[in-house]
Amino acid sequence: MPREESQTVLDVVTYVQRHLDASLAYRFACRVGMCGSCAMTVNGQSRWTCRTHVSRVADDGRLEIAPLHNLPVVRDLVTDMTEFFDKWAKARGRFTGTRSRHEDFERVPPAGRREEVDAGIECIGCGVCYSACDVVSWNPDYAGPAALNRAWTLVQDVRDAATIERLRAVAGDAGAHACHTHMSCTERCPKQISPTAGIAGLKRAIAMAALKGEL
Amino acid sequence: MSARTQTFLWIGQRASAAVLALCVLVHLCTIIYAVRGGLSAAEILGRTRGNAAWLGFYSVFVFAVAVHVPIGLRSILAEWFGWQDESRDLVLWVLAAVLAMMGIRAVFGVFG
Repeated sequence: MPREESQTVLDVVTYVQRHLDASLAYRFACRVGMCGSCAMTVNGQSRWTCRTHVSRVADDGRLEIAPLHNLPVVRDLVTDMTEFFDKWAKARGRFTGTRSRHEDFERVPPAGRREEVDAGIECIGCGVCYSACDVVSWNPDYAGPAALNRAWTLVQDVRDAATIERLRAVAGDAGAHACHTHMSCTERCPKQISPTAGIAGLKRAIAMAALKGEL
Repeated sequence: MSARTQTFLWIGQRASAAVLALCVLVHLCTIIYAVRGGLSAAEILGRTRGNAAWLGFYSVFVFAVAVHVPIGLRSILAEWFGWQDESRDLVLWVLAAVLAMMGIRAVFGVFG
């Protein structure tokens, strides 16, 4: 494998597919860290490959590239993301507004709760956190960091009208309460999001709702 | 089990952990203080017999253990052994009752 300056792991995979084994299956789209489709494990750690330089991760000049953990493999480096995104839906990761298109825009104060939303909103759905999570590997029903982070951004969204239903959806053994705060998701997230902080926020919000009799 | 019940289990485990942290601290400090001049059953019983404060303290300790241990084991049994059905919760209810009964028996044993 020829080494080049600023070579990324995705460049390496592409070289293999184009020059060494045309049958290699892998997934990518934007190549600039926006689409979240090129995540793989590199030397055992989950990463986005398009923004990971070989020079930073090569162990003694060697790379071991494999599909993401905790997801079924379709072929080679391609995983089936169905359950990952199904869990977003199950965690009610869809915005539920109250206004119609005929009404004026809602004015959202940029301080306070909106800051919590901004901290978690840039998720690109790459699945790196899900692959890195120990709890997902132990408990396949667990919603996982990305779905819970999404739920947290909606719980903190002042415009959303489905907070209690959402808290109910993410409470308990398959939801926020299963998190052991290992923080692998936070350590590995390529967008520097902390799903752990969001999950802790969900635990607090769910506990308050339960104590108030709203859950 | 409903999301609400699971949430109250989580609250119960956190709350009992807070109580246990305090109880273990008091218990350890008492041990370190009490064994300075050697340890004897008579000395322990002399401190605990008829003492309502120690009775109350260790009753709270036992109650916190009976709440905390089964809820913690519930997660361990699910994650390590995949035991997640209702039979697990039934066994853990029994365990909680056994821990509470044995603990209270011991507490009254040194009180009476």
